Amino acid sequence: MARTSKKQTALKFRGEWEYAPAPESKDHIRLEKKYGLFINGKFSEPRSGKYFDSVNPADETLLASVAEAGAEDVDLAVTAARSAYEKTWSKMPARERGKYIYRIARLMQERARELAIIESMDGGKPIRESRDIDIPLAAAHFFYYAGWADKLEYAVPGRTAGPLGVAGQIIPWNFPLLMAAWKIAPALAAGNTVVIKPAETTPLTALKLAEIIRDADLPSGVVNIITGAGSTGSALVNHPGIQKVAFTGSTEVGKMIQKTLAGTDKKYTLELGGKAANIIFEDAAIDQAVEGIINGIFFNQGHVCCAGSRLFVQEPVAAKVIRKLKDRMETLLVGDPLDKNTDVGAINSKAQLDKIHKYLKIGVNEGGEMYQTSCKLPSRGFWCRPTLFTDVSQSSRIVQEEIFGPVLSVQTFRTVEEAIEKANNIPYGLSGGVWTDKGSKIFRVTSQIRAGVIWANTYNKFDPVSPFGGYKESGMGREGGLHGLLPYIQTYSN
Amino acid sequence: MSRMYSPTMPSVYIDQVGVEERVSRLNKRSIKKSSKRSMLNLAMSMLDLTTLEAKDTPGKVRQLCTKAMHPHDLPTIPAVAAVCVYPNLVRTARECLRGSKVKVAAVATAFPSGMSSRKVKLEETRWAVNEGADEIDMVISRGHFLSGEFRYVSDEIAAVKEACGDAHLKVILETGELSTLDNVRLASDLAMYAGADFIKTSTGKVQPAATQPVTLVMLEAIRDFYYDTGKKIGMKPAGGIATAKQALAYLVMVKETLGFDWLTPELFRFGASSLANDILMQLIKEETGVYQSLDYFSKD
Repeated sequence: MARTSKKQTALKFRGEWEYAPAPESKDHIRLEKKYGLFINGKFSEPRSGKYFDSVNPADETLLASVAEAGAEDVDLAVTAARSAYEKTWSKMPARERGKYIYRIARLMQERARELAIIESMDGGKPIRESRDIDIPLAAAHFFYYAGWADKLEYAVPGRTAGPLGVAGQIIPWNFPLLMAAWKIAPALAAGNTVVIKPAETTPLTALKLAEIIRDADLPSGVVNIITGAGSTGSALVNHPGIQKVAFTGSTEVGKMIQKTLAGTDKKYTLELGGKAANIIFEDAAIDQAVEGIINGIFFNQGHVCCAGSRLFVQEPVAAKVIRKLKDRMETLLVGDPLDKNTDVGAINSKAQLDKIHKYLKIGVNEGGEMYQTSCKLPSRGFWCRPTLFTDVSQSSRIVQEEIFGPVLSVQTFRTVEEAIEKANNIPYGLSGGVWTDKGSKIFRVTSQIRAGVIWANTYNKFDPVSPFGGYKESGMGREGGLHGLLPYIQTYSN
Repeated sequence: MSRMYSPTMPSVYIDQVGVEERVSRLNKRSIKKSSKRSMLNLAMSMLDLTTLEAKDTPGKVRQLCTKAMHPHDLPTIPAVAAVCVYPNLVRTARECLRGSKVKVAAVATAFPSGMSSRKVKLEETRWAVNEGADEIDMVISRGHFLSGEFRYVSDEIAAVKEACGDAHLKVILETGELSTLDNVRLASDLAMYAGADFIKTSTGKVQPAATQPVTLVMLEAIRDFYYDTGKKIGMKPAGGIATAKQALAYLVMVKETLGFDWLTPELFRFGASSLANDILMQLIKEETGVYQSLDYFSKD
């Protein structure tokens, strides 16, 4: 690949002055020192007696101490959910259920600013994203599924729809509140009750959601929020009192869950890893495609299962695209997640940062040409410079494996067939991107790529109406839209 | 690619939705305190203070020139970059501005329509330069452009450039009449490859005048031209930029598209008249913490 960086024509994006800090104030944020488990409508101390810390990944300060649910706590939560299911939620007129869900959505909107700030403090994502994407989308999911509550018969024409029972849900740390919304909203709309476990590094917005659910006067036990790590999740998945498992997380854990559930009658949906191909054809609008590449891989520090982490550029425009990409990367502002100008925030945890560093080493050792931006990183906290690898191939580990960080690998291709073949040559199939000004090419390529979501001339667009989910090792089942409702209902003939 | 004008000039596609998204993302930049002050001062120094009315007189131009050299009593506030007038007022402006660094810019080539013969346009250009213009703002022949006569448009720009001699040439695309961003990009490339020193959005006589999406596309064209030739072409959005806040948004686009090298009056200008006082108001507010009444700012 051409390594063109003519000195005399380098653009200067740093040095003279920078935007003055514009941090979002956190003075009004109220966090408890210690959070219990939200079971049966109230916060209670864990039977396990254990707590763990949730830290701010941007400065490693302690935000709160959070209960770790043991097997006994999981049992209490499932029992509460079962009782609420049988006594109130499944018996309630559907329209009433819808009202509660609408109320949750409205309360989330009212507290949007607070939720956005906590999301950024707990997870490290830029406030621009939590404010403009995570929180509004989370509320939108509740609004959308609230509408389905009393219209289930339209979801399954000719049949009668009913709930499954208790849903056990496990969500990841990359979009904590949004993933909670994706899980809870369709479950409640269909008449199920919920036991949900947020990720151990990002439990705080889920606990704030517990407050909202309490304030919305939801009947006790309809939503139970239990915090903990892998063992808590395992206890939940294995509990005989749940009828449905919904998991979003790594493919590794997803496979374990699938094995656990084999032979049981529990239904499940899995939304797992990804390694999306983002394909730039020579007839693309190049400057806008570069923007799409940037959004595809550096959104949320690359902690996105549908991140466009494998870039394929057609050879005639490869040198130009890479040069533009490097210039654009230089303008990314990395730093304080609460600063309104921050483009790339903190890596979610020390463990994740270590994993990313491991992959950077692998990439270099495999002969990849690594480029990182020249930005300064804060001295405390977990940070990774936006990174790009050229001189990599399909067999490189950084091309094959999900890094879940701000690391983009770049390969070139010559023909449409080659792009399709390489895009599909991976165990994952969650998402993809295609960039060309030619409409017919969009249809040809997108119909042949085996991925659940493919964006054309854009990337990372989400809407509650649109189903999301994977092919192959990226999972099974869909979330969002009508497709996302179906895994939470069973149907009967009329 | 039927729209390719010459083998050296690349054919480029523009995605309007993507451009608008990029603009909206850039507009989320929060400009405060020290950065706000330095950007407002910069914006002031980039102004082409403009009067282009048929009722313009030497008296009016003299007042404008005084304001251009001395926008405010506060010593930290810089003079503007240029005064922009019709050719018959160039001599007046030249005399007023003598001894200052403020340049004289003249619109020419049958501004604003360009509906005249090439002979007349070249004659007018030479006359304006002889009268003392440092910079010529020409208009492209939009009719020829829209009917696909790119060679005509290009040759005309090259001829005007030659007529300019040492004067700098700004080429007005009149983007409000070009209809699509693809056309804006093509016209930008035509102008730069034909010898423009600056490309400029609008005459101010057609709506819409300067917009952010159009300006971003032109800045990206300038960036590609720089990548390909190593030459730095200037950019001038003109018309419709009336507030300091808008000016800051434009400067953010420049900073993040072309970098610091372009954040200078040598390579970026605002064509505006009422913008000056709003910048002054904001600057005084930054100094004193309070907004002053408009009565404290001269209206020239």
